Amino acid sequence: MRESAWNEMPAINRDLLAPLSEITRPYLVFVAVLTAVVAVGAGVWVYQIETGIGQTNMHPPVFWSAYIASFVYWIGVSHSGTFISGVLRLTKAEWRRPVTRIAELMTIISVMIAGLCVFFHLGRVWRWYYLLPYPNQREIWPDFRSPLMWDATAVFTYATASAIYLYLPLIPDFALARDHVRGWRQRLYAILCLGWKGSQQEWETLNTAIRIITPLIVMVMVSVHSIVGWDFGMSLVPGWHTSIIAPYFVVGAVHSGLGMVAVGLYVVRRTYRLESYIRPEHFDKLGKLLIVTTLTLAYLYFADQLTVWYGKRPDEMAILHSLVTGPYAVPFWTMIVLIYVCPLALLTLPSFRTWPAGMLLLGIGINIGMYVERVLIIVPPLTHPRLTYQWSEYFPAWTELIILTGAFALAVLMYALLAKFVPLISIWEEKEGRLHVAS
Amino acid sequence: MTEEKKPYRWGMVIDLDRCTGCEACVVACHAENNIRISGQDEASQGRAVNWIRIERYWEGTYPNVSAKFMPVLCQHCGNAPCEPVCPVYASYHTPDGLNAQVYNRCIGVRYCGNNCPYIARQFNWFDPHWDPPLQEQLNPDVTVRQNGIMEKCTFCVQRIRKAKEQAESEGRRVRDGDVVPACVQSCPTSALVFGDRNDPDSQVSAMARNDRGFRLLESLGTDPAITYLKRLS
Repeated sequence: MRESAWNEMPAINRDLLAPLSEITRPYLVFVAVLTAVVAVGAGVWVYQIETGIGQTNMHPPVFWSAYIASFVYWIGVSHSGTFISGVLRLTKAEWRRPVTRIAELMTIISVMIAGLCVFFHLGRVWRWYYLLPYPNQREIWPDFRSPLMWDATAVFTYATASAIYLYLPLIPDFALARDHVRGWRQRLYAILCLGWKGSQQEWETLNTAIRIITPLIVMVMVSVHSIVGWDFGMSLVPGWHTSIIAPYFVVGAVHSGLGMVAVGLYVVRRTYRLESYIRPEHFDKLGKLLIVTTLTLAYLYFADQLTVWYGKRPDEMAILHSLVTGPYAVPFWTMIVLIYVCPLALLTLPSFRTWPAGMLLLGIGINIGMYVERVLIIVPPLTHPRLTYQWSEYFPAWTELIILTGAFALAVLMYALLAKFVPLISIWEEKEGRLHVAS
Repeated sequence: MTEEKKPYRWGMVIDLDRCTGCEACVVACHAENNIRISGQDEASQGRAVNWIRIERYWEGTYPNVSAKFMPVLCQHCGNAPCEPVCPVYASYHTPDGLNAQVYNRCIGVRYCGNNCPYIARQFNWFDPHWDPPLQEQLNPDVTVRQNGIMEKCTFCVQRIRKAKEQAESEGRRVRDGDVVPACVQSCPTSALVFGDRNDPDSQVSAMARNDRGFRLLESLGTDPAITYLKRLS
């Protein structure tokens, strides 16, 4: 058994390193199209900066809208990596092996996009550095009483920690790539692998480092999205000011993140013909996790809305009415179907969970639903302030939509480019798994 | 503490029974504080910038309807929700009890705007604009605010400042009636009264003790500096 497992190693190297060097015509076209979309988005952003944030459809009291919803959404997607790989590494779940890298790359990219969304939102983005605690003549620091400063700190910590967490298990793979590619990339991988030789001592150090950072990053993950929730929970706005918002945001983030991982798994599997690595059993396990997040999220949402409904406080009831039967009813019920009803109805069928294309569609549906959910958390409470004289409605302007589409294209573009640079499946962990199975 | 050094606590009383909804205060505020002209388009988008607005509520059903007016401006809360949420200290509390907005510090995250239950905060969605010849009458004592920052009622801090400097040079406290914000000055029915709430003999303190007095959304614990007097009819 072990013999045959060892014999598989060259084939694993070949299969998993192949995407790094293979550049096809459709790939180039795809990258070109994405670059064009990013360029249009960037151009519209420059236009918004030049002329004013009024190019959006925001108006008092809707001071936050699609940009902040996108920030929350992308932070949520970024939880895929840490949750999948962190929690699964902690619990030593074997099925994590082909999934972790795909998810961790999503983490790092979506954290960056989330940061970008904050910049879209700022009224005077050219003064963004006021948020940094830098020494200055007037001795003014940022105000750490503001949840936004907690948020900036948490997201920065998360981005740094995720980068380290992505990098550590990459070191042996970079070393392998160094030994298998030629030219300038060989020199680059030689630097990135920090002179990895694969000695017993090095493996022990690496495993210790991963063992230390894994529980830490899971805690950072929970804290980050709690703090994102507290951006809303700490305010006085009816509908935002609820203590359930932190756990609700954390679970919601994992929900959309898992959906995004299903999409990523499907695309990588299809594009690089990795059917023998990413198997239906992986989609099955992912589906089971999604049932857990669906039920938990539905429970938290129900608990929150039941409290609002039973309490019948007019300022909160106005928001609930606007969602259930009012102007936001269509997005609200779409959201309910996409993130609760569909996952629960479909994922409880075992045959659905092992159907990759179905999981792809479900993942897309969950992500659309969760995006709508983010917008619905932010907008209806703002359009229904306590002083009814100021009630209004909001729908994003074309500038907002184009800029956010550009940001989405940027995320996909970065992923496509990284796929040519980073092995999308952790090669050494895959091999380790095969040996585990064999022995 | 000597009498002169005792801090001021600026406050206002708005008698809703006297307000006719004429909006003279709104116009005066625009003229005094260099508030941009919003125009029809911006107003229809809900972006008309007014530091003081007359909220109009209808009562009864047609044909027996009556309009109720309520002037709403920054309440200069003692425990202001807008202040701690600002990440850059652009929104802060002065020793006189004013909620100040430091225009140069503001980067436009707009959390303060969300967190103000009175929707008193106004945002500059674009660079300001005045239809000619209105640009000729800009007040030199007041900053013109640029695109991307938050602004709101200051209780005409430039007038408070002037009165305080005058009083200090004469070695006395500001007398009741020395500071008259533009809205108070222009109110034809004297529905608005401004003064120092730390002076128990000031007109504003006397009126605030009225049985009709209430403060807007007081249950939120924001401790507003504005007392409204309930309508009688």
